[in-house]
Amino acid sequence: MKQILILAYKLLVNDKGKYFALLVGTTFSVFLIVQMTSSFAGILTKASATVINIGANIWVMDPAATNSVLSNVPMPDYVLDAVRSINGVKYAVPLYSGTALVKLHDGTYQAVSVIGLDDSSLVGRPKLLEGDIDDIFAENGFIVVKDEEFPKLENPKIGTEFELNDYRGVIVGIATVPTGGLYGTPTLYTTYYRAITYIPSMRFTISYVLVQPKADSDIPYIKQQVARLGYLALTNHEYQDAISSYLEYKTSIGTNTLLMTIISFLVGLSICGQTFYTFIIENLEHFGALKAMGAKGRELVYVILFQAGFTALVGYGLGVGLSTLLITAAKLRLPEYTSRLTYTNLSLAFLMVLIIASISGYAGVRRVLKIEPFEIFRG
Amino acid sequence: MPKAAIVADKLNKWFGVGEARTYAVKEVSFEANWGEMLYIVGPSGSGKTTLLSMISGILRPNSGSVAIDGRDLWSQSDDEIADFRLNTIGFVFQDYHLFPRLTTAENVAIPLILQKRNWGDALSTAAQCLKIVDLADKAQLPPTKLSGGEQQRVAIARAIVHQPAILVFDEPTASLDGDTGRKIVSFVKAEILTSKRCIILVTHDSRIFEYSDRIMEMEDGRITGFQQGQTV
Ligand SMILES: Nc1ncnc2c1ncn2[C@@H]1O[C@H](COP(=O)(O)OP(=O)(O)O)[C@@H](O)[C@H]1O
Ligand SMILES: [Mg+2]
Repeated sequence: MKQILILAYKLLVNDKGKYFALLVGTTFSVFLIVQMTSSFAGILTKASATVINIGANIWVMDPAATNSVLSNVPMPDYVLDAVRSINGVKYAVPLYSGTALVKLHDGTYQAVSVIGLDDSSLVGRPKLLEGDIDDIFAENGFIVVKDEEFPKLENPKIGTEFELNDYRGVIVGIATVPTGGLYGTPTLYTTYYRAITYIPSMRFTISYVLVQPKADSDIPYIKQQVARLGYLALTNHEYQDAISSYLEYKTSIGTNTLLMTIISFLVGLSICGQTFYTFIIENLEHFGALKAMGAKGRELVYVILFQAGFTALVGYGLGVGLSTLLITAAKLRLPEYTSRLTYTNLSLAFLMVLIIASISGYAGVRRVLKIEPFEIFRG
Repeated sequence: MPKAAIVADKLNKWFGVGEARTYAVKEVSFEANWGEMLYIVGPSGSGKTTLLSMISGILRPNSGSVAIDGRDLWSQSDDEIADFRLNTIGFVFQDYHLFPRLTTAENVAIPLILQKRNWGDALSTAAQCLKIVDLADKAQLPPTKLSGGEQQRVAIARAIVHQPAILVFDEPTASLDGDTGRKIVSFVKAEILTSKRCIILVTHDSRIFEYSDRIMEMEDGRITGFQQGQTV
């Protein structure tokens, strides 16, 4: 077995032109697939930025608000009290999430995301790079997140004053968060109370109730009780998944990414399939000669599957390497660049490259099994 | 009495069906002995290659039988027949069928590789065979860099590398000039043929008849007669 696979390897790799074309085909296709799905994964992560950054265990929300953090539907105050009285709830706090306009020095306006943290607990507070978290209670105190969007607020410092919806605001801290947002707006943290005072809102003001259960085993009961109130409780992961699946299945971003991924797959398949088939056809008389000399049909099948599989693996490695390189390079140059290599993407690309190899290999195997050594013998 | 190397009995091979059925080989019976170099000669299309294929395990006859060293060939399983081709037969194809992407030594080693010997041993045995055919210095070149006569010698080295009992040559001199052809066949007769081997050689090149032990003449798929080699 091993002996004939070495032969298979030599026959493949020594045919430099074909081998190169095969590698280019698989590499290119893996590269495109990984690239496509990674940028989508990046978008998904960014869309869930608030959920990730706040980090609360359970998010209680209006059932219509699962699509994105931007489109939350405010809830009346009694929901908070009702949730607090559910058995198994350790604590529950309100969270405000909304947008406001900041007036810049040159008189132009910049949209910002404002997150209002529960005044008594500050649950979901960010990690501060500068300043003291207690200053959030100071008059007009806001904490700004230093992310890619930070320069849009003209790189404020502690003490920088600004106007937010015609209210005065002052920067009291500079924070960092794990994940930047998708929508290109800078983020300000303040207290819940200040947020609902400064930002005009409907009659109801609570965007989310953040819940800490006493134990994980309490989660199902809490969800059930929240549902009885007519609201929805999602764990952190469930909420991220809901946001992702909204983008995946209900927006053009998802559909387009899916389409582009399928196209990359088909491009890869046609380049590789065709090149590999040509490779097999050109070597047909050699396969026939091997058969005449006593190679068994299944040994020739191993040879072809090995050649297809080997090309697939090398192409996969090169494609993933190239993607990683490009994503890393792009992230160094473009802070806004959104791309994440995930195991799911890598497995998806691997699966696709295996399918490409199987289809190419299958076509080759069928052809080779049909050769009659007598035809080779007659010349 | 020692068993004959090859006993062919009433071999028939036809192509096409119904009205279109034509016999490539018809009712052919003959024996070939160990230590013998038997030629099959006849005009083009007379069935020589077809017959050669049936006695070397390449083409299944429609009827009749082949026994090699007393063992019936075509009653064996496909795998056994493949093993028979691998272990008992050395093939020299009409147009060599060397692999252009392998070195000459690797080409020669192929039967040993198919026998699952390891590459190191196979290549050193191949190198010895190349020495026999006087091509030791070309071992690392691809066969495409060799002349026609040299390629033919590579094909011969490949056919003998695994020490097969029976060698089959189909038109070995067809694409060689007279001198080269004669040299190669005389070399085969002198160096490759032993008392434990049998060589079947298909040709219509009369310049090499002098090296045969016996000549079997064919026409239209039938045997038309036998001649003693040197007397032709
Ligand atoms: N696969 C085939 N299909 C149809 N006819 C064939 C096939 N193979 C051989 N023949 C016919 O069988 C006859 C003998 O062919 P072959 O054995 O190649 O002759 P030779 O080797 O003596 O030139 C020829 O008439 C040839 O056309
Ligand atoms: Mg012929």
